[in-house]
Amino acid sequence: MLKGGLYPSVRFPQMEAYELTRYSIFSLIKQGLIRHTGWKRAWRNPEPKAAYDVIIIGGGGHGLATAYYLAKLHGIHNVAVLEKGWLGGGNTGRNTTIIRSNYLLDPNAHLYEHSMKLWEGLSQDLNFNVMFSQRGVLNLCHSKAQTDAFARRGNAMRLNGIDAELLSRDEVRKRIPELDFSDQVRFPICGGLLQPRGGTARHDGVAWGFARAADQRGVDIIQNCEVTDFIIEGGRVTGVETTRGKITAGKVAMAVAGHTGVLAQKAGLTLPIESHILQAMVSEPLKPLLDTVVTFGAGHFYISQSDKGGMVFGGDIEGYNSYAQRGNLPTLEHVISAGVSMMPCLSRVRMLRSWGGTVDMTMDGSPIIGKAPIEGLFINGGWNYGGFKATPGSGWVYAHTIANDAPHPLNEAFTLERFARGRLIDERGAGANPALH
Amino acid sequence: MTGQPWRLENGGHIDRSCSLSFAFDGKIMEGHPGDTLASALLANGTHLVGRSFKYHRPRGIFSAGVEEPNALVELRTGNRQEPNSLATTTELFDGLEASSQNRWPNLRFDFSQANGALSRFLPAGFYYKTFMWPANLWLTYEHFIRKAAGMGIASRESDPDRYESRSAHCDVLVVGGGPAGLTAAMTAAEIGERVIVLEQAPHFGGWLRREKRTIDGSPAMDWVDAVSTRLSAMADVRVLTRTSAFGYYDHNMITAVERVQDHVPKSDPFLPRQRLWSIRAKRVVLATGAVEQPIAFPENDRPGVMLAGAARTYINEYGVLPGRMAVLQTNNDNAYRSAIDLLDAGARVTAVLDVRDHVDGHLPNQVRDRGVPILQGYGVVETKGYFAIRQVLARPLVGGPVRRYDCDLLCVSGGWAPQVHLHSQSGGKVVFDAEKGCFLPSEARQNCVSIGSAAGLFTLKDCLKGANGDDVPEQAIKPTWSLPNAPGRHGKRFVDFQDDVTAEDVALAHREGYVSVEHLKRYTTLGMGTDQGKTSNVIGLAIMAKLKGQNIPAVGTTKFRPPYTAVSMGAMAGRAVGHHFQPLRRSPMDNWHHDNGCKWVDAGLWRRPHFYTRPGEDVNSAALREGRTVRAGVGIVDVSTLGKIDIQGPDAAELLNRIYVNGWKKLAVGKARYGVMLREDGMAYDDGTTSRLSENHFIMTTTTANAGPVLAKLEYYLQAVWPELRVQVACVTDQYAAIAVAGPKSRDVMQRLIDLDISNDAFPFMAAAPCCFAGIAGARLFRISFSGELAYEINVPADYGQAAWNALLETGREDGVGVYGIEAMSAFRIEKGHVAGPEINGQTTIGDLGLGGLQSEQKHNIGKSLAIREGLIDPARPAVVGLVPVDGKTWIKAGAQLVENPDAPPPVAMLGHVTSIAYSGELNHPIALALLSGGKERAGEELYAAFPLRNEAVRVRVVSPHFVDPDGERMRV
Ligand SMILES: Cc1cc2nc3c(=O)[nH]c(=O)nc-3n(C[C@H](O)[C@H](O)[C@H](O)COP(=O)(O)OP(=O)(O)OC[C@H]3O[C@@H](n4cnc5c(N)ncnc54)[C@H](O)[C@@H]3O)c2cc1C
Repeated sequence: MLKGGLYPSVRFPQMEAYELTRYSIFSLIKQGLIRHTGWKRAWRNPEPKAAYDVIIIGGGGHGLATAYYLAKLHGIHNVAVLEKGWLGGGNTGRNTTIIRSNYLLDPNAHLYEHSMKLWEGLSQDLNFNVMFSQRGVLNLCHSKAQTDAFARRGNAMRLNGIDAELLSRDEVRKRIPELDFSDQVRFPICGGLLQPRGGTARHDGVAWGFARAADQRGVDIIQNCEVTDFIIEGGRVTGVETTRGKITAGKVAMAVAGHTGVLAQKAGLTLPIESHILQAMVSEPLKPLLDTVVTFGAGHFYISQSDKGGMVFGGDIEGYNSYAQRGNLPTLEHVISAGVSMMPCLSRVRMLRSWGGTVDMTMDGSPIIGKAPIEGLFINGGWNYGGFKATPGSGWVYAHTIANDAPHPLNEAFTLERFARGRLIDERGAGANPALH
Repeated sequence: MTGQPWRLENGGHIDRSCSLSFAFDGKIMEGHPGDTLASALLANGTHLVGRSFKYHRPRGIFSAGVEEPNALVELRTGNRQEPNSLATTTELFDGLEASSQNRWPNLRFDFSQANGALSRFLPAGFYYKTFMWPANLWLTYEHFIRKAAGMGIASRESDPDRYESRSAHCDVLVVGGGPAGLTAAMTAAEIGERVIVLEQAPHFGGWLRREKRTIDGSPAMDWVDAVSTRLSAMADVRVLTRTSAFGYYDHNMITAVERVQDHVPKSDPFLPRQRLWSIRAKRVVLATGAVEQPIAFPENDRPGVMLAGAARTYINEYGVLPGRMAVLQTNNDNAYRSAIDLLDAGARVTAVLDVRDHVDGHLPNQVRDRGVPILQGYGVVETKGYFAIRQVLARPLVGGPVRRYDCDLLCVSGGWAPQVHLHSQSGGKVVFDAEKGCFLPSEARQNCVSIGSAAGLFTLKDCLKGANGDDVPEQAIKPTWSLPNAPGRHGKRFVDFQDDVTAEDVALAHREGYVSVEHLKRYTTLGMGTDQGKTSNVIGLAIMAKLKGQNIPAVGTTKFRPPYTAVSMGAMAGRAVGHHFQPLRRSPMDNWHHDNGCKWVDAGLWRRPHFYTRPGEDVNSAALREGRTVRAGVGIVDVSTLGKIDIQGPDAAELLNRIYVNGWKKLAVGKARYGVMLREDGMAYDDGTTSRLSENHFIMTTTTANAGPVLAKLEYYLQAVWPELRVQVACVTDQYAAIAVAGPKSRDVMQRLIDLDISNDAFPFMAAAPCCFAGIAGARLFRISFSGELAYEINVPADYGQAAWNALLETGREDGVGVYGIEAMSAFRIEKGHVAGPEINGQTTIGDLGLGGLQSEQKHNIGKSLAIREGLIDPARPAVVGLVPVDGKTWIKAGAQLVENPDAPPPVAMLGHVTSIAYSGELNHPIALALLSGGKERAGEELYAAFPLRNEAVRVRVVSPHFVDPDGERMRV
């Protein structure tokens, strides 16, 4: 499905400069000898121009990936990414970095699997090590009914060409003996669904890698530039107002995650999205304790260990809608009690930091990627708990949609209109209830 | 005391009369009650305690508190092993075992110290630039990176200790038990406020314990003892030591963890190890003090380099001499107190290096008078020594010749950073005070106030009220963050000791454009260690500001995220772990099931009998036997877990009309009806029978899984959407035991136990009535059937559930009554084609489920308008169908996908999936229900139930889902 090879790669002046410090073990050694004084900026810090072909609002992973693929695959280089704060400061730099394509429903399976394939070559493509670690994602199940539901999903994955394995209790135990296999357990582990190709990546690295690669292809990355309004003329979006002045554009594309609802409101759109707080936590750094991403099936809890050694984990959203990037204690207590119940040795491990991100929850739990009902405006949002894994895939289909004014088959189903038409993509059957997604 | 060569003869708040033995890296040493592990190690002459994260540099004890970046150890062993424990806050107890970490094979000889030699090739973020080729090798690289990273080793066993949580309320919560906190607490307590005081250390006093100060002419600790004793005795005051406030949440809630038993050798099983406090206060007083900041000079990380305040803490609090020959590097007067205390304790101070050009303060002059050279405008340019510092090289900051000073201790002070952490967490802002060179709390967002040194007020006068401390005037500090290398030299200037972030790393981040505070942190890992940058964040920020040519406030501040100090996950989880993770719900007949050989199955929080074992049986044969008993005569099953909601009021029928898709207004009193409700988005939600007990009184049943959510939904609509409806709802699930009695002989058995005429004419199918059952008043009888057989459901008050169950078994004995479990019950419903959880899965409409005909056209109900959206009435939608194996014997697996050709290359088109499976006792072969796209039209077609996870595909025929008694005659006889 990757058409990268079909497009000519265009060279930009700044590309030459960066060629000088292409990242590799050799450049690292060379720079080491001159005490790293020769490294260039990872991306420029340009003043915004008055006009661009495409403006992307939001310098998270999705916005940056979109800019990169617009330039790389669609020959559109006159692009600005406008970020109100620092790159990756939204959910990209706050998430628990789980990457998987273990989806039941066809549209999700195809989109996330496409993304997975892009992840598999991303570090080389970007010349930036995003530390994509395919250590496997294991979903634990605790009852016959849950096992059946997991089997349904796993079988669908296999039939869609995605890797999946159904593990027995003993197979799970062999992999992770630290899970609670005692008789003191409330919900014994029956087995699990494993996606071996799933894993994690370094979230900040993803934002920086895309930023650097997009910048090399001519994209202007502009931080500290908040979009405050849309300029709409004759029913068409022609630009944006920002804290650094007015900027016009042929097309404007939103990629603002937790702020999708409020930003769309400025264009007069009310979206089926609610913003909620999702907390994440990290422990003190430990020597390797857990080699796989594990999700609990008897409560909402997921965990992995970062390369630095911290146990990174999270669970439920907070009880009410909010834009504050912080959560409260009860959710933490609840999430951690699930964690310690799943893996009792975590009890003596200390939580080092906790934080919150504003997640954009849609009413069926799946994202919206496509044209907005206003000419020239595009929407990418509603990523719920899980948009990090979509980053390259989302940018790839979004760039296609923007470049062609029409969705790619991979994101055809993810329209805004699907809610009016009842073409829901409700992976969990939870309905319009973000707390259950 | 011979074993403790660095222990002072006098002073310190330790008990010399008692010796405690402890082990560090297997070496047995001694200390005293009152020691921390760090002070005891120093008393034994051990400075080298750890290795840094990245370069594995030897590191010593740097501080005397929670800010410690270096002295991290693995504490205890086995299932109580705790990595990354701070030697500086760990109280010594007899038998304590600790070991150094992040080194192999041992602390003195660590293979990974080679990283240090390669350090010039491993700058900040080096991993982003390499390890990319060949692509498939990253997992291998990562394996080694992960092994090298991390710090301590966590136990892999279950934690044997117990944790508790408590809530409390008060008028004034004081965080910090130093002079400012104690004064505030006493002031509030004296006017009758309910006060709670938290102190993270084992004792009150804060810095007063660590210095030789006087209050009102007496030793300051006399004042501390007097005030804390008085506070403890006051009725409305609660004082908690060993209690760290770590989080400040919305609505003035502070969370704290109390270390109840971390300091005792053998834990008391009746006490928790730690206790989590959630305290909601009207007003919060933050008296959290300040943490001394170092200065990043070249090679500032050797063992023996110590914060100046820590040096005098070891002398004054613990009676330990941290060095015999000391050099002090400072930018402020306060640090001279350490020089004085060192001199008083008998150490030599070979030089004080002060970055200020003109030093003439009260304290410096005392030091000068004692013959110590004070070198003004001087800074360290190099240090010597590997496992311990030996020598300091210093030079005028403006340039000039280098001087050398031998030493075994280098004290450093760059001033003080108020601990604004909790203030910031509460939403409060911080401002940079350029004169004091630190961030101060400003505008608060919640009802809280910062006082004392937490507010940048560093004198005793600012902390005390009605008492006088021995403050001396101090000359201004000269904010200084880093000192340069001598020309041509490249000594590492560590900003963040733990993560080995140097001033050069900050410069690299700047060069590469990672200039925002968060990028700086994330790119270099500055402040990301276990100490969360308590001694490094401000310095890193200041260096970046200088590189950018901006002032510090323009660069911004880092976000303070909870917790202030790391908290064990056990304390956060409290009692809700293991078996207590969630409550276990048991039916009133639970004991009987248990005693009669039942195998349990979890159903939400409930446990239900799956089947009752007999020797030699498995689940299938047991369920078949149980089913046969029912079909041949009569069987009983415990259905107490079904949700029961009592609905009363003049508008009760109207409420049901709005909730269910079918009509309820015309349901006669004494009748039951099956109902289905939709979710707001039009999907099927829950089903069950609801009976009219009187004109205005209904009893609704829900599925076990949705009992809570349906009640919540009713409550929500009644309170928020239709407050005008005169109706009340109450959950009565736990108030009644429910038993289904099924089989051709069920009427005979029931009739013998009940005071009603239940002949088919008098009590037909779907009748409902209150009754007296087996002598139990207040019972209710329903003639409903989930099994498809002639059946009744009897509800009795929960306390009489067992009596009713016994009565049925007793009375039914002659009819061969048997008990059956969920497996047999489920087989009945599958044979009947009744949908349940696997079909009503949140993704199906009532049309899909074959229940579309129930939707009333006469009225509106929740979900109705969205249920007619194009996507929900698409003819291609799935429908419930039955499946049988074409070979008549192979089991079909639940979760299999229905496909035409399982061997086609992916993606294979999926037509539906198998939802429920059973062995039909009546048909004598396996059967299944499935959701199949265009279901009904496919009757007779053959497909594959593909289960690629097990490399299986079963050839199946599509049939009607009503396998047995399709017209439902049996239940109506
Ligand atoms: C705690 C947590 C854990 C998560 N865990 C996972 C996980 O394990 N796996 C996974 O796949 N996903 C996870 N997610 C979800 C994932 O992080 C997000 O879906 C994804 O990162 C969204 O990326 P983005 O680029 O769309 O948004 P963001 O990274 O949030 O970027 C949006 C950017 O838009 C900017 N912006 C907003 N408004 C404006 C404006 N008016 N003008 C200019 N700029 C603006 C913001 O500052 C922000 O930088 C998690 C999320 C959270 C909060």
